[in-house]
Amino acid sequence: MNWELIFGQIKWTSFVFAGMIENPSLSEAIASGAGSIAVLGALATVVLLTVKGWWVPLWRDWLTSIDHKKVGIMYIAIALVMFARAVIEAALMRAQQLSATDSGGFLSADHFGQLFSTHGTIMIFFVAMPFITGLMNYVMPLQIGARDVSFPLLNAISLMLTMAGAILIMVSLVVGQFSTGGWSAYPPFTGIEFSPGEGVDYWIWAVSLGSIGSTLTGLNFAVTIYKKRCPGMTLFRMPLFTWTTLCTSILMIFAMAPLTAATAMLALDRYAGFHFFTNGDGGNMMNYANLFWLFGHPEVYILILPAFGVWSEVVATFSSKRIYGYTSLVYATMCIAVLSFAVWLHHFFTMGQSANVNAMFGIATMVIGVPTGVKVYDWLLTMVGGRIRFTTPMLFHINFLLTFILGGMTGVLLANPGIDFQVHNTLFLVAHFHNMIIPGVLFGMFAAVQFWFPKMFGFRLHEGLGRASFWCFAPGFLLAFFPLYWLGLMGATRRTYMWTDPDYLPWLALAMAGAALILAGFALMVAQIVVSVRQRAQLAAPLGDPWDGRALEWSIPSPPPEWNFAVLPQVTARDAFYEAKKAGTAYRSPAAYADIEVPRNTATAPLIGLFACAWAFGLVWHIWWLVVVSFVLIWAVVIARSFQTDTEETVPAATVKAANEAFLAAARATPGVSREREMTSDNRGRALPEGLEGRAGPASPGAAVEVLP
Amino acid sequence: MSLSERLHPGLNLAGTDPESHVAAEEVLFGFWIFLMSDLVLFAVLFATYAAMSVQGIAEGPGPAQVFDLTAAFLETLLLLLSSFAFGFAMLEMKYRESRRGVLAWLLVTGVLGAAFVGMELHDYYVMITQHAAPPQASGFLSAYYLLTGTHALHVSSGLVWMAIMAIQVTVIGLNTPVKLRLMRLALFWHMLDVVWIGIFTFVYLFGVAS
Repeated sequence: MNWELIFGQIKWTSFVFAGMIENPSLSEAIASGAGSIAVLGALATVVLLTVKGWWVPLWRDWLTSIDHKKVGIMYIAIALVMFARAVIEAALMRAQQLSATDSGGFLSADHFGQLFSTHGTIMIFFVAMPFITGLMNYVMPLQIGARDVSFPLLNAISLMLTMAGAILIMVSLVVGQFSTGGWSAYPPFTGIEFSPGEGVDYWIWAVSLGSIGSTLTGLNFAVTIYKKRCPGMTLFRMPLFTWTTLCTSILMIFAMAPLTAATAMLALDRYAGFHFFTNGDGGNMMNYANLFWLFGHPEVYILILPAFGVWSEVVATFSSKRIYGYTSLVYATMCIAVLSFAVWLHHFFTMGQSANVNAMFGIATMVIGVPTGVKVYDWLLTMVGGRIRFTTPMLFHINFLLTFILGGMTGVLLANPGIDFQVHNTLFLVAHFHNMIIPGVLFGMFAAVQFWFPKMFGFRLHEGLGRASFWCFAPGFLLAFFPLYWLGLMGATRRTYMWTDPDYLPWLALAMAGAALILAGFALMVAQIVVSVRQRAQLAAPLGDPWDGRALEWSIPSPPPEWNFAVLPQVTARDAFYEAKKAGTAYRSPAAYADIEVPRNTATAPLIGLFACAWAFGLVWHIWWLVVVSFVLIWAVVIARSFQTDTEETVPAATVKAANEAFLAAARATPGVSREREMTSDNRGRALPEGLEGRAGPASPGAAVEVLP
Repeated sequence: MSLSERLHPGLNLAGTDPESHVAAEEVLFGFWIFLMSDLVLFAVLFATYAAMSVQGIAEGPGPAQVFDLTAAFLETLLLLLSSFAFGFAMLEMKYRESRRGVLAWLLVTGVLGAAFVGMELHDYYVMITQHAAPPQASGFLSAYYLLTGTHALHVSSGLVWMAIMAIQVTVIGLNTPVKLRLMRLALFWHMLDVVWIGIFTFVYLFGVAS
């Protein structure tokens, strides 16, 4: 029997623990510790599932489900798990840089390289992307009054491909090493000549799986928004989160392909000796830089636009006021989406273009500040004259406005090629993009979780702990990243694992303190979720509208039934549900109910994900039999599925009616809660609209509303 | 809105099978968007080829030395004829709902498509063995093989898809899902023509003229 035929390039020394045995050091101990956490975490999950008997529910209710709501929640769960890993890696890097003035610190250079590579790769592809995708999955169909996305099975397949990529990165903690080439994996360093191991291959296949998943998500969501809006929901009546979802989806359709092409070319270089990005033989790494950033720059707008949508929903809801400048926000979103394709070159001003080319891309970059500025003014003006409640999402929003503007201004500085030549590749840049992504995207997603959690699970999150986590996260961010601007101006280069300049020390210490605060914020957020689950009876808001919401998702119970809307709503204005509450027409019974077709659960998507994961693992380790077998199995599953005819089941009208009438009766019978008492246990999810306090008390059932043919 | 106002680009079933036509709207729109994202991929490969075919020749042979225009022209004819045959298959599906007619034309399409792939593989063989021009020889050849190879891979997966559709037409018959799948395969197949015409022009004609 030939070992290599069966196990490819895996040897016993490939396992992380072997390094500890052969060459004990603190760096290896940390690597082994991380590997142990991954293994023990997986084991603990298996034990927990077995002891609690949750295997069947997990498979039946979650993994095989193609309901957009469950798919969305699973995406967010992936994001949170991966966030835990990547944020700990960030703290480790801060500790290393702090301890490494005139010494080697406690991590080896190679280990440090793996840390910043996995940190970046995970944060972008397996935290930010699944977070926004999960949120769009959950919220967008509810906001447009749809029962699901256009292609529910494709949606589940996207999820499982993303999950396969995430699992692959987790496996790299235990088996083998990860790339040391950073999240952008520039060749020729990541070519086979300089990175001969399996690390870059882990990066290539994990990212490729995520990238294919995102392409499919983008086209699915764009089709959903174009084709599945409920009657009356014209484009300019769509909530702003839906608008940003549309623009992000379009960006995904266009921007993911260059990434797929770039990773495929890098793979061909490494596996088959091609010469796309090699030194010599006609290879040209500049082509990689162009392709990568042709994806990479739209990518940052893929991330930020849904967060902008969240901010628009949050600021309008918690100011009890309709959004200021709706139309300008829509056009600003579209301008940003279009311009995002015209700026990629600012990621490599220093790499040899002529001054005129640099100037053009510099100007295009600065121009993006204009529509973004429009948005900031719109959000500010929404608050003017509003009745502002300083809830956790709103605190995150105000923090966002203050800090995002600072990050935007350092971005305009960097957009000037002359300045970029001075500070490129320093911690100034690191500070800049964290300043955009953390208060913008990450805190946007945190605010979204606080905002939509009661919709997803039927109970609110504990407000006190939410605020506590905010008061760690917000100053923690400032402390962790503002010193980096100074360090960058002092000449500290990024991705450096040791220093010689003692002047850096105080700033690095401040940054370390910030990282500790951020970790505390995350711990409080986890505590908030645990405490809220325990207190779910007091925090329950099953009637669906805890914040006096504006769009259609608040008009249905929490959590929503599988079919979302008992009868497809008819929309006549923006902020459809808010207008209905004001007019007193909310919670009326429809005149008639009809049977609803819902898709059946299917094992198709999880099987594809499993085989895709095995396929990628085989490619990383050159286990060719596994590559062939799993590739054949992926397509066998697809083909088998195409022969299935019985893919839908019918929910009878009587079932829908019973559930919906019970909800409506409860909603009508419950007195509305005023905004002052929003955070008390009085809040069962029936809001008393601002300015209509006189209407307190049970609502009348009113006349039945027209039912659509 | 009446049916005639809701026609989608490509073959429509509005007049012959209104029920399938209604079901087609969302599915085909989605497929057009998929094709668009696929075309973005090809656009990226074309751009890469455009750069590499000029700057990436290094010590290897140039385009004019390795391309065989006659073979490329014959391949063009084969692929375009196969698309033409697929058109007849779709007409059989739409107007006669004849399983046998659809299958016969699919067979013609498949044979022509397979001949195209076979000829292209033969081209590769000739380039590698007679011109010493494997993809590892230079950046230009890497880009050439990736662009044409991605197209060939698309055609090959189209052939597999076609074989499966032939089975479904035989086993399931021409019901709505099968019809919609055939319509999508047709769009896919025609898109590959468009891409090939780009390849024929920019790779082969420009290459030989260079």
